[in-house]
Order: sequence, then C-alpha cells, then structure tokens
Amino acid sequence: MNKLPLIIKREYLAKVRNKSFVIMTFLSPLLMVGMVVLIVYLTKLNANEKSVIAILNESDYFSNDFHTTENMSYVRFAGLSLAEAKDSTEHLGYSGLLHIPKLHILEEVAKHSFFYSKEAPNALIVEKIESVYQDRLRQQRLQKVGVTAKDFTTIDQRFEINTSTFMGEQNLKGINEIKAGIGGAFGYLIMMFIIIYGGFVMRSVIEEKTSRIIEVIISSVKPFQLMMGKIIGTSLAGLTQFAIWILSASLLLLLAMAIFDIDPASLTAGQDMMTKAAGDMAPPIPSTGNTFNLYAQEVLDIAWVTLIVFFMVYFILGYLIYSSIYAAIGAAVDNETDTQQFIFPIILPLMLAIYVGFFSVFSNPHGPIAVGFSLFPLTSPIVMMMRLPGGIGEGGVPIWQLLTSILLLAATFIGIVWLAAKIYRVGILMYGKKPGYKELFKWLKY
Amino acid sequence: MNNILVTKEVTKQFGSFTALDKVSLEIPENSIYGLLGPNGAGKTTLIRIINQIMHPDQGTVYFNGEVLKPKHISMIGYLPEERGLYKSMKVGEQAMYLAQLKGLRKDEAKRRLKYWFDRLDIGDWWNKKVQELSKGMAQKIQFIVTVLHEPKLLIFDEPFSGFDPINANLIKDEILHLKEQGTSIIFSTHRMESVEELCEYIALIHRAEKILDGKLSDIKKAYKNNSFQVGLVTADAEVLLKDLGDTFKITAPNFDPSCKQLNFTVQLDSEDSSGLLGYLAGKANINHFEENIPSANEIFIKTVQSKGNHE
Repeated sequence: MNKLPLIIKREYLAKVRNKSFVIMTFLSPLLMVGMVVLIVYLTKLNANEKSVIAILNESDYFSNDFHTTENMSYVRFAGLSLAEAKDSTEHLGYSGLLHIPKLHILEEVAKHSFFYSKEAPNALIVEKIESVYQDRLRQQRLQKVGVTAKDFTTIDQRFEINTSTFMGEQNLKGINEIKAGIGGAFGYLIMMFIIIYGGFVMRSVIEEKTSRIIEVIISSVKPFQLMMGKIIGTSLAGLTQFAIWILSASLLLLLAMAIFDIDPASLTAGQDMMTKAAGDMAPPIPSTGNTFNLYAQEVLDIAWVTLIVFFMVYFILGYLIYSSIYAAIGAAVDNETDTQQFIFPIILPLMLAIYVGFFSVFSNPHGPIAVGFSLFPLTSPIVMMMRLPGGIGEGGVPIWQLLTSILLLAATFIGIVWLAAKIYRVGILMYGKKPGYKELFKWLKY
Repeated sequence: MNNILVTKEVTKQFGSFTALDKVSLEIPENSIYGLLGPNGAGKTTLIRIINQIMHPDQGTVYFNGEVLKPKHISMIGYLPEERGLYKSMKVGEQAMYLAQLKGLRKDEAKRRLKYWFDRLDIGDWWNKKVQELSKGMAQKIQFIVTVLHEPKLLIFDEPFSGFDPINANLIKDEILHLKEQGTSIIFSTHRMESVEELCEYIALIHRAEKILDGKLSDIKKAYKNNSFQVGLVTADAEVLLKDLGDTFKITAPNFDPSCKQLNFTVQLDSEDSSGLLGYLAGKANINHFEENIPSANEIFIKTVQSKGNHE
C-alpha cells in the first residue's frame, strides 16, 4: 500500500489544526481589510475637510482667478480694513486671509500680497494660492513679449511622445514597469510562500526529531517518503490558507464597502472602460483621453492563462527545491536556534532575485542581467515570473530561454531533492551534534 | 530449527568510522535473542539495518530464508531506544496513523487497538493528547503500536527504560506471552538481569565486531571453570581444611565459629564433582554445594575487557 497519502494527510491535518495556524488564517484577512477600510476612511475624512479662505482684494487684479474647488472655497470681503478683515476671518473660523493690496502694477501687487493665518499655514493652501499667482504672472510676462492669453493656453499644452514597436503596435510608456509589476507580484508570492511554508516544513522536521518519533516512523516508511509527504502536506495547508485569505478578504472587502458606503462603481469604472475599449478595438493613435483604456487593454492582453500555467510550473518546482533544502536543514540540527547559519544562504538567492527583479528587470526586462537571473535555477522562479507578463516569443521572452530555464530548474530540482534527501536521511538520526557544512558534506557519502 | 533472521558478514561504515565489521548472526525462530554490547558498539546500527532504515555496505541480511526486502517491513516490529510520539496529536488518532503506516487497514487497526487498549487497561486514553501523558504512559502506547501488526519478528531496544517496576513486569509478561504465540524477539539491552531472565540466545557486539554468540546455557557452560562453592558444618575447621588442601585446590575459606559453618571454594580439574562430594560426605555435614556458573554480566564484562586489552 502506498503510504504517501497517509503521511500527506497527517501533515496537512497537523498543520491545519494547529492553533496559531488557525488564528493566522482567520485573523490576517480581518487585519488586512481593517487596514484598507481605515485608509479609505481616513482619506475620505481628509477629503471632506474643506478649507475656506477669505480674500480681501483691494487691487484690480485676481477678481476672477480663484475658483472654488472640491476642498477649497473662497469668501470675498469688501470695504473692510485689513485689521477688520483679520478679525472677521478669525472670528468666522476660516482657514486664512489673503490680502491683495491696492497697487497698480501686477508685479507689485504680487510682491506685497500676504497670507494671514492663525497658525503656520497648510502647505496645500499656500501651494494653491502660489499657483494662481504664478499663472497670472506668467500670462502677463508673456503678454509683454506679445503672446496673447489664447496663445498661452495653446503653448502650454503638454506634449507626450507616441511610441510603437517595429511591428506597428501601439507601445505605451511605462507598460513594461506595469507588466513587470504584475510579474513581480507573482514572484513575490513565490518568495513569501517559500519562506513561510519552507519554515513550517523545517520546524515540523525538527519537531519529529526532538519528540523522538522519527525512528518509529522511518522503520515503517522510507525517509524520502516522509520528507515528500511532509513537504506536500505542508504546502497543501499553505494553499488552503491562501485560498481562505483570498476568499474571506474579498468577502470582507465587499462587506466593508457596503457598510462604509464606498462606491464600488468608482473602483470598477476602470473595468468598464476596459471592456469598452476591448469592444471598440483600440484606435491606432492615442488621444489623451483614452490612454487609460490603452493601458487597461495592454494589461488585459497579457496572456493570463499562459502566465498562470507558467506560474504554477515555477511555483511548484521552486517551492519543492527550497522546501527540500529546508527539510534537510531541519534534519541536520537539533533545535531551531541552530538553523540560522543555514537559513541565510537560502534566503540570499531569494532576496537577490527580488532586488534584481525590481532594479533591473523592471527597466530592462530582456537585458543580460534579467536573462541571466531568469536562467539561474535558484532565482529563475521569481525573475522569470517578472519577465513573463511581457509575453513569450516575439517581443517577449524568447522560447529557448523559457525552455532552458525550466529544464535547468527541473534538473536542479532532481539534484537538490536527491542531495537533501541524503542529508535528511542521515540527519534525522543524529543527535547532540551541531553540524557544520563539512559535516553535511560527509553525510552525502554515507 | 529455522532461523527467522540471518546476517552474513554485515559491514557498515560512516566515513572512516566502522560501525559494523563483518557481523554474522543467526537468530532462531521463536526465541528471545539478546543483543548485548557496550554503548557505541554498533547494536543500534545493526538494528537499523534489520529495519531497513540503513543499508549495509557489504554483507546480506536474510529474513525467513529470503534476502531482506521492503516487503518485510510489515513483518517486523521495532521499538527504538529513542522513542517518542507526536505531542499535539491525540492518542487514538496517533496509534491509528502508526498502525496504518505498518500496512494495517483502518477497521482492522481500530479493532486491534481497542483490544490492546483494554488489555493494558488504558481504554480511556483514546482522546487524550500525548502531551498530557506521563512518560510511562506514552511507553505503553509505543509498545502497543510496535506489536499491533502482529509481526513475526519483534525488536526491542531497551524496552524497560522509562517504566516503573510494576509496568516493566507487565511489559515483560507481554513479551513472554508474544513469544509463546510464536513471535521471535530480538532484545537489545544493558540490563543483564533481564537478559538472564528472558534470553535463550545472546550475541555480544563490541567495537563493531561480534565477539561472542550462541545459546546462553552453552556460553555459560563454556565460561565456567569447574569451581564449586561448598558449605558445611564442622567442629574442627582447621584440620578439615588442611586435609582438604592436600587433595584439592581450596580458595577463600571462611569459618564462622558461632554456628560452626565453614564455607570455601574448590577448583576442580574437570566438571566431574563426584570425587569431591564423596570425599566431603565422609567428613562433615554438607549444607551447600553449588557449581559456580558465571552470570551473563560476568561473561559480558570479562569478554569485553579481554578484547579491550588486546588493542
């Protein structure tokens, strides 16, 4: 009879029934959603706070330049002295008083304008007032050299360069970063999963050693079976946790939106545009209005199915490689404090992959560094995931690189699991020794 | 008689360290076989090889006439010296798991566990967590799990450690009962009194080598040196000792005048003691006459020391 399912079942149940695991599983989504709700709530609170500015304008300028916006409005005083205006402003509880003096030349008016407030003024208010002045001044200075106000708005229009691939496809600036970001999320997920659940595997091995049950078990099953059962059982528990997190987080988020009256339409508006854009077929040349649509289109155009298939491949192989190393470490030591010297070299390639990913793959997804690290088996699961959203084949990751990377990863998987199983087999029966690397190397030959 | 287990020149090395050096053993069916040896002699390595936890570098192990294979795992029960249980698992669940790992079907495992739990009077522990049990209680569970799948060969490594005398006796009786039912038992221990009590055969392992094996009674016969312990009642011990000394080798005489008891040891040339008895019968009233048979402990120490001195 095959005993692997038995072992997987036990490891799974042992993990899932563990109190701290249960607490983590159900508390984390609550915390996460709580944080999101808090942030949204605070933002709303801030947005609702409206500043009222009093303006005492004695000049002939700026009568039409201050427009009420969502969080700023203006009250105009007339016929008051400055002292009276200050008093009234404070009395009425306004945020401040802008005094525009009675002078004839704009430059002079600007120079002698003052903003009075009870405390140090809010930076946003000051910035807003400054920009109104700035625009007005620039306009006048340009007029002096013969540019009309109408010309000015024409001149001031922002310019964005059109980009395209040689194939004539629309190419959006920054889309590489967005795509790498999506891949980065996958890569980050792989790293977190490896570190969290690899650690679980390791602790579970140590527990079997310290409780001295290991010899009873391996007189019934092969150590390799036990190791694989443990790794698979733990990862299934991990996937369960992830599934619960995603499900309950989305449910809670919906619930929270309902309670706190956050309009889901404002969040899904982007999606509507996406579907619309997809229906219309994107126009060949972007006009400023539908740039967002194009980005959305690009994101939708990512081959999600392929991406998820490869994610599974890299995730499973990467996780198996690392967690068997974790299992071997657990077998080599007697307690968790002894694991430090072995853990660091494992975390290192993972961190490296993330850093290389963010600093090099984002800006140049097919450059030599990105290619190198996406072939190297210990970093490829993360780095390749960052490159893949850019597509496969023409304009994306060349097929040979993808195949080489997966083959290397698979070969490493077999090699590492074989080595780890050897260390594991010897280690689980060793007590009282704190082995170094030299010792581990010797075990390979037993 | 059939041998349940035979090892032929089994050798195992760990790096440059030799744990077992050409160890050959024959363990007869339906016997209790004592595997003796000082710490680090290689007993545990040998047991692990029998359990297929490790594989020998050289040599072969035969189980019931066949070369040892993975299928034999379910015919062997092993209670290791370093034994434990999953602390956070419930007793019943854990016993079921370990029983199923040995290849028992679920319903069969449950039925047998119920029987054993009742037999050892621990029926109400089923839903307890292991961490609530005392060490002795946990040992009972481990014992049950070891014998549950009714193996042909049972291997006990220091089975009595951790038990109080009452429970140790209980387990000893269970071991004897299993033997009566036809199970063969390998018994690894340092506790010589239990060897004396239980084992018909022994093997002595020292520094990776087997230095002695065979039937315990035969070994004792081989190790005895024809010395006899004599006790008799006499009025004049001095004269008697002088007379005796002319014919026999007398050592360690001890006379208690208050009850006229004289004790001494006689060294004979052969195991035939009739001459000595005949001689003594005419001289005094004999109240003690016994051949000095070495204990397993003495044989153990003597053999190990003599081997140790060679190197």
